[in-house]
Amino acid sequence: MSTVLEHVPQAVPPPAQPQVHYLNVAFGVRSWLLTTDHKRIALLYLVSVTLMFFIGGAAATLIRLHLMTPNQAPGSGLLTADNYNRMFTMHGLIMIFFFLVPVIPAVLGNFFLPMMIGARDLAFPRLNLLSWYVYVSGAVITFWAMLRGGTDTGWTFYTPFSTKASHSLVVPVLIGLTIAGFSSLFTGLNFVVTVHLMRAPGLTWFRLPLFVWSLYATSVIILLATPVLAMALVLVAVERLWGVGIFDPALGGDPLLFQHLFWFYSHPAVYIMVLPGMGVVSEVITCFARKNIFGYTFVAFASIGIAVLGFLVWAHHMFLAGMSVYASLVFSALSYFVAVPSAIKVFNWTATLYKGSVWLQTPLLFALGFIGLFTIGGMTGLFLAAVGLDVHVHDTYFVVAHFHFIMVGGTVMAYMAGLHYWWPKMSGRMYPEGWGKLAALIVFVGFILTFLPQFVLGYLGMPRRYASYVPEFQVLNVMSSAGASILAVGYVLPLVYLIWSLGYGKKAGPNPWGATGLEWQTPSPPPPENFAVTPVVDRGPYEYASSGEIEVIGGGVPEQAAQAAVQEESHGR
Amino acid sequence: MPVFAQIQFQLFPERASTTAERVDALFFFLTAVTGVMGLLVTTLIIYFAVKYRRRSEHDRTPRILGSLRLELIWTIGPFIIFLIMFVWGASVYLAIAQTPDDAIEIYVVGKQWMWKVQHLDGQREINELHVPVGRRVKLTLTSEDVIHSFFVPAFRTKIDAVPGRYVQTWFEATKTGRFHLFCAEYCGTYHSGMIGSVHVLEEEEYHAWLDRRAEGSPALEGRKLFLKLQCVSCHTGDAQGRAPSLEGLFGRTVVLQDGRRVTADASYIRRSILRPQADVVAGWQPIMPSYDRLLADEKEGLGQEEAIIRLIAYIRSLDRDQTPVRTEDFPPPEVNPATSDKMTR
Amino acid sequence: MADKSAVLWHHFDDLSHQHEANALGMWAFLATEVLVFGALFTGYAAYRFSYAEAFEEASSRLNVLIAAVNTVVLLTSSLTMALSVWAAQVGRRRMLVWCLLLTALLGTAFLVFKVVEYNEDYREQLVPGLAFDPGKWKDTNPAHVQLFLAFYYIMTGLHAVHLTVGIGIVLFLALMAWRGAYTPAYYAPVEMWGLYWHFVDIVWIFLLPLLYLIGRHELSDLHL
Repeated sequence: MSTVLEHVPQAVPPPAQPQVHYLNVAFGVRSWLLTTDHKRIALLYLVSVTLMFFIGGAAATLIRLHLMTPNQAPGSGLLTADNYNRMFTMHGLIMIFFFLVPVIPAVLGNFFLPMMIGARDLAFPRLNLLSWYVYVSGAVITFWAMLRGGTDTGWTFYTPFSTKASHSLVVPVLIGLTIAGFSSLFTGLNFVVTVHLMRAPGLTWFRLPLFVWSLYATSVIILLATPVLAMALVLVAVERLWGVGIFDPALGGDPLLFQHLFWFYSHPAVYIMVLPGMGVVSEVITCFARKNIFGYTFVAFASIGIAVLGFLVWAHHMFLAGMSVYASLVFSALSYFVAVPSAIKVFNWTATLYKGSVWLQTPLLFALGFIGLFTIGGMTGLFLAAVGLDVHVHDTYFVVAHFHFIMVGGTVMAYMAGLHYWWPKMSGRMYPEGWGKLAALIVFVGFILTFLPQFVLGYLGMPRRYASYVPEFQVLNVMSSAGASILAVGYVLPLVYLIWSLGYGKKAGPNPWGATGLEWQTPSPPPPENFAVTPVVDRGPYEYASSGEIEVIGGGVPEQAAQAAVQEESHGR
Repeated sequence: MPVFAQIQFQLFPERASTTAERVDALFFFLTAVTGVMGLLVTTLIIYFAVKYRRRSEHDRTPRILGSLRLELIWTIGPFIIFLIMFVWGASVYLAIAQTPDDAIEIYVVGKQWMWKVQHLDGQREINELHVPVGRRVKLTLTSEDVIHSFFVPAFRTKIDAVPGRYVQTWFEATKTGRFHLFCAEYCGTYHSGMIGSVHVLEEEEYHAWLDRRAEGSPALEGRKLFLKLQCVSCHTGDAQGRAPSLEGLFGRTVVLQDGRRVTADASYIRRSILRPQADVVAGWQPIMPSYDRLLADEKEGLGQEEAIIRLIAYIRSLDRDQTPVRTEDFPPPEVNPATSDKMTR
Repeated sequence: MADKSAVLWHHFDDLSHQHEANALGMWAFLATEVLVFGALFTGYAAYRFSYAEAFEEASSRLNVLIAAVNTVVLLTSSLTMALSVWAAQVGRRRMLVWCLLLTALLGTAFLVFKVVEYNEDYREQLVPGLAFDPGKWKDTNPAHVQLFLAFYYIMTGLHAVHLTVGIGIVLFLALMAWRGAYTPAYYAPVEMWGLYWHFVDIVWIFLLPLLYLIGRHELSDLHL
């Protein structure tokens, strides 16, 4: 099945023998809970986010089971209306704040960012460990509140519902989320400093792997957006506890102010969730097409462009909330601007496959799945950005389907691609390739079946967050639930075979994919210090091409990249 | 077979308003354009993945770094397409956002978990809305408690009912029949039960319905409130009052103490009832107390926002020399220590 | 070199590399902090715009004298903090310890004054949710006064929390300095937390006019 490549483009430093790696260097609970090794912290995060994913998934399962029937008679259906509301709130909160936001940065980023830039660790290892503890504390508080009855505000906490009307445990959940916000803040802080100061000799900004670029852009968003959310949540808690009408129109407050503050974080948060995924896809596509990324600078700057523009579009969630007509038009236009860099990325990934040697292994299948689903998600975003159309589809299942295509079809697919791609490095073992391909296929099919009907439902007019619905929506809801059951199989399957592979998988060797990244130039699993000798970088990140000549297509190479490439060729060897 | 006969299944919503036609046209345009773009990308990916599939470990691949021309094409190309989408979306939106003047006006108040509708001719309904076909209908909405959203899928009409402010939208139904009315903004436990129907009737049927269901018009109800709340004590019709006369006020431009000029529309009157000090009319003393939280009548199930709508309807109907005299028969002022205490706030 | 290896983390090349990372980390953290207060300033500005009169009226009830004294106290603490960094740079250990202690003392003095002021506010029924008398506000809407006061307590409270953290850290630095942990070659923590201290002061410089001085246009308006 998976052939272990012999040829490695760059010289491998002599493996340390007998091999000491980060997993066997120390044993015992203390060695894990007090570790400052970014790789071990990444594994701590891996276990935590996986747990959270399946808790959030359990909530989703109940939601989809409940929605199999219209439940129009009071008391019918699997859940009561109140419990349904708590369930979708829990699903949203856990999936967004405890899974999607941390998943790629804190697991794959933590593990591979230092390795990809040839560093021995992140800049602040203790802060990194602290971030995990903060994450766990936030998760425990939130989860405790949920077990005690939970909250029914939806993950958006819209005022004045959250401040005045909701009779649920809003404040404990707010506290849990605010605490968890610090964990991503610490991770972001660490990444920014690490990328600036810890790069290996010769690793210039334009030789950085695109995953690093995307994590850098993500970190900047985290640093600038998270505090605003924290403050918005604090203000809600203050209003709830002391009855000051900060967002209460009856007391002079303005509910729209909350929405502005909330979306000022939560729209960029979409890019916090999806940008790292885009970085993973860039790594996987290049490796399995055995090509340089097409248009490196464009893909890299697209990440930065998304990060910057992402801050300017938050109010497109509020077209119908009573904003002025002109504000709506401005935010609509800006929302179209932010779609451009995403389109650039999709085209460049596609072009990267051209004339490649496309090796359809599991990571690439997930990555191609990402491109397909993310494209659908992104293009339906164009529907929502058109104000006139948003009037109809806003707050319907069209929106639900749209952001699931981005978040699940995008981020989770990319995470799966990255997890399979780097699994041999993390664990030292190969996952079973056949099962992996099967899982990718099941996830893709299940996903489409789950969420495509929801677009139709949304355009038909089914509002989101409905515990009951009119009977004519039932067929599509049943289709969606059926798809979700397939999707669930697709997510449980990797959990089983990845754990299995830890004991029974084939030994991976340092570089099973013949990849060019620095993380592959060291044994698997990596030694505690990552590299026996600090690597020196003399070329770009994706020099897979076997011939040294630059082939020109479509009239002209971007000058900068071409010149850099020529210089590298002359100075290189 | 009987099982299948019961299954109701739709792929596309009914189209029953002029807006719906515009929105659907935009929807089809976007679907077509994105469909072509999506198909292009998918086809290319599949084609490349098959044509350039790996044949052996020793495949040679060319070193292609990119192409400025292609990058420019797929940067500027989508950008132009997106601009077209934006302009089209904006034009549809502007048509929705500009409320017509010649429309039937209806007030809607959202309240956990019902829609209370108030027609200017006096009809009140809950979770139902009767409108005539082929006529423009303007809705003025607000909420008593949390944010709701008034959504009629067949009309492609939706607007958030936000507490503390008035918002407006309009539609013109093109088909008679019964259509769903949903609350689209999550509002608590029975959010999904906050649904109802919009009944689009032929003009004659509509008038028959109006006559059949006539109760006290909101203006008439507002007049009762106006007297009951003692508004008339100050807002007299003659020059003797301690507050400006309200006759013919609606729609006029008012000059305020600080020199601002505002139009006396529904929002202005609402604000003046709740926060009288905010816009004091030039030449008058700021002596009016706030009527915030004094307007609702629990016994009659009358919410504050509904009461305000009635007062507005009354003020709107008030023409020259129509202000009642103070001696007119009205219930004696209810002096209640708790209430009067609140008044001084 | 023995004490160098004790303070150099394994993953940095040398101390200047580590120093640079610490400084950049602190700057990035302060960027976050700017947004923390920025969110509050935005909310404050929105309501200040809508309810200017109530805000000015409420602001005039606050004790501007204590605020003025506190401003002086805090600015002086910035001076002593700057002196600490200089003392660390040139290796004057005694001066470093004393300057840090003085900084912490001034910070504590600020907090004490602040508590006195809060107490006075409480007695004057200026605390929404705990002690608030709407009857005292005849000319303006008490709800809007409460909005102002809510922002006043959240903003000054958050500032006080930052200051408390700062005092704890400065005391820790003083302890370490006394033990001789800092040398002209290695004083990054002092410099880094000095940045933090100055940031907390700057926040106060913004809070002072926003909360205490709005609507006071002449000296007599200060009600000293």
